[in-house]
Amino acid sequence: MTYSILVPVKQVADSTARIRVRNDGSDVDLSGVKMAANPFDEIALEEAIRQREAGMAREVVVVSIGPRTAQETLRKALAIGADRAIHVLAPREIEPLAVAKVLKKIAQREAVDLVFLGKQAIDDDCNQTGQMLAEFLGWPQATFASSVRIAGGEITVVREVDDGLETLALSVPAVVSVDLRLNEPRYASLPNIMKAKNKPLAEIAVEDLGVDIAPRLTLLGVREPDVRQAGTMVRSVGELASILRLAAGRI
Amino acid sequence: MSILVIVDHTEASFQDSARRAASAAAEIGTGIHILLAGVECRQAAMQLSRISGVDAIILAENQQLDRHLAEPMVELLARLASDYSVFMAPAGTSGKNVMPRLAARLDVMQVSEVIKVVAPDTFERPIYAGSAIATVSSSDPTLVLTVRSSAFEPAALDGAAEVRQMPASIGASASRVVSVSPNMSERPDLGSARVVVSGGRALGSREAFESLILPLAERMNAAVGASRAAVDAGFVSSDCQVGQTGKIVAPDIYVACGISGAIQHLAGMKASKMIVAINRDPEAPIFAVSDYGLVADVFEAIPELTRQLQD
Ligand SMILES: Cc1cc2nc3c(=O)[nH]c(=O)nc-3n(C[C@H](O)[C@H](O)[C@H](O)COP(=O)(O)OP(=O)(O)OC[C@H]3O[C@@H](n4cnc5c(N)ncnc54)[C@H](O)[C@@H]3O)c2cc1C
Ligand SMILES: Nc1ncnc2c1ncn2[C@@H]1O[C@H](COP(=O)(O)O)[C@@H](O)[C@H]1O
Repeated sequence: MTYSILVPVKQVADSTARIRVRNDGSDVDLSGVKMAANPFDEIALEEAIRQREAGMAREVVVVSIGPRTAQETLRKALAIGADRAIHVLAPREIEPLAVAKVLKKIAQREAVDLVFLGKQAIDDDCNQTGQMLAEFLGWPQATFASSVRIAGGEITVVREVDDGLETLALSVPAVVSVDLRLNEPRYASLPNIMKAKNKPLAEIAVEDLGVDIAPRLTLLGVREPDVRQAGTMVRSVGELASILRLAAGRI
Repeated sequence: MSILVIVDHTEASFQDSARRAASAAAEIGTGIHILLAGVECRQAAMQLSRISGVDAIILAENQQLDRHLAEPMVELLARLASDYSVFMAPAGTSGKNVMPRLAARLDVMQVSEVIKVVAPDTFERPIYAGSAIATVSSSDPTLVLTVRSSAFEPAALDGAAEVRQMPASIGASASRVVSVSPNMSERPDLGSARVVVSGGRALGSREAFESLILPLAERMNAAVGASRAAVDAGFVSSDCQVGQTGKIVAPDIYVACGISGAIQHLAGMKASKMIVAINRDPEAPIFAVSDYGLVADVFEAIPELTRQLQD
């Protein structure tokens, strides 16, 4: 039994980009900011490809919900090794709840057995979509995976939890959200970048999926975080020791 | 508006995070209950019953709830859907795992990592690794929230909540716990420690991390933290990672040793009351957020500091 794996990939501002708040405080200003695949989603994709290479998966399908530019990210995913891509064209940012509903539709249409996704998108920092998708599909979930093993109709996942590591066994189908230490994603090679141009990339308009994507949250504004003033530089370890001793004494 | 706070009593800092969540709850409304699910919750219930402003501790005792797996937890919580208008949990790995699944069950959009209650339906939360703070209001009839513990003060301990048992039978689940390997640290818990000593890539090896950072942490009665680079390089276990994608801490004193101060790291510690940094690069961004900085080599400065603090 080999599985079909769906990997949702979100296009986000590059992790090294400096994010500014618009002058009118209405939102962040992303004009001119370099976009890239969410780093966690690259890890999810790498894991899916490795499972296929190990003979555990027959197909890796990537899906992105977003504006037309999301196709660049999907092409890159194809170059890295996904078999085909689906772009759900959405005119504006949609919330994780709605993303999860869209992903449910896609997972069902494509009859996938597993969904591997990032634990968190580094733009909204929500950490919700995988858990919501698992609920909508009625599938078990394993979040924060740092190791994934497929065998005998089960998927065994080591989870990074606050107090250590927890190993879960889930029956397939299942949803797995991945953490940073699962693997080191590979780069796309030049020949694979060329080949990716011929891999299938289907486009669907979000309206055609019959999913309620109306926002539930209203963004009232965005502000800069409180700034910390740089303090003093001390000259010696001795000076630092006195400061720390004093501060510790006040606790 | 009744509020249910879901607490995982198997976590080291559950009491502290419950008190902080309770004070966030008190800013939203009244009728605050705390749910404890799992096995052997009684003692934890007695401890939490003293939290000020909490009316009741609800006990749901069942082996299947022991590790707070999302599927059985949501099955339990969904039965309480009509009793509460707010479900909230501390934004630890347990709450992050369970609450979005509950939100989906209730068909509401969760508000993650609340750092401020602006109004009962309006909250501040960080986005882009804390590069910006968004204010959002929810139009959902039921609210599902996770709250960042470090952003709220612990509620006082002068309450006397009643402890109630609820039926907690759960159907079979498609997932099971195979094993748990808790971190064996004897140091204070990172999530609630008042002092944190963190090490970064500069330490260079596990041996150096252990022989430099641990004695300093011990000296300062501190929890041990780390940058992602230090965790990735295997100097220390991953539950020590501080940052956007690790733990969020706000101790009274945070000592960053050989950490550059990338935005993702700052996201996890810049709300600390006092930040101290040791780095050999005077231009390191960590100094821009530090109250006290020392330009020095960690291999010389840390042993010397540990020694001087002994005197
Ligand atoms: C999606 C994503 C999520 C991330 N999440 C996190 C997170 O949660 N937490 C986190 O920490 N990072 C996170 N990162 C990584 C982050 O961007 C940085 O790469 C990381 O924090 C760097 O760790 P560091 O400061 O230890 O290492 P470096 O950036 O390499 O800094 C080492 C510092 O040590 C100093 N140094 C070197 N030798 C010495 C010496 N002998 N004495 C004194 N000083 C010395 C150097 O001057 C330098 O400033 C994330 C990145 C991404 C893309
Ligand atoms: N618009 C999107 N398109 C594709 N995948 C998404 C999208 N939004 C979220 N995801 C997936 O859900 C994960 C968690 O996102 P979030 O819940 O927003 O933090 C991401 O790492 C992605 O794998």
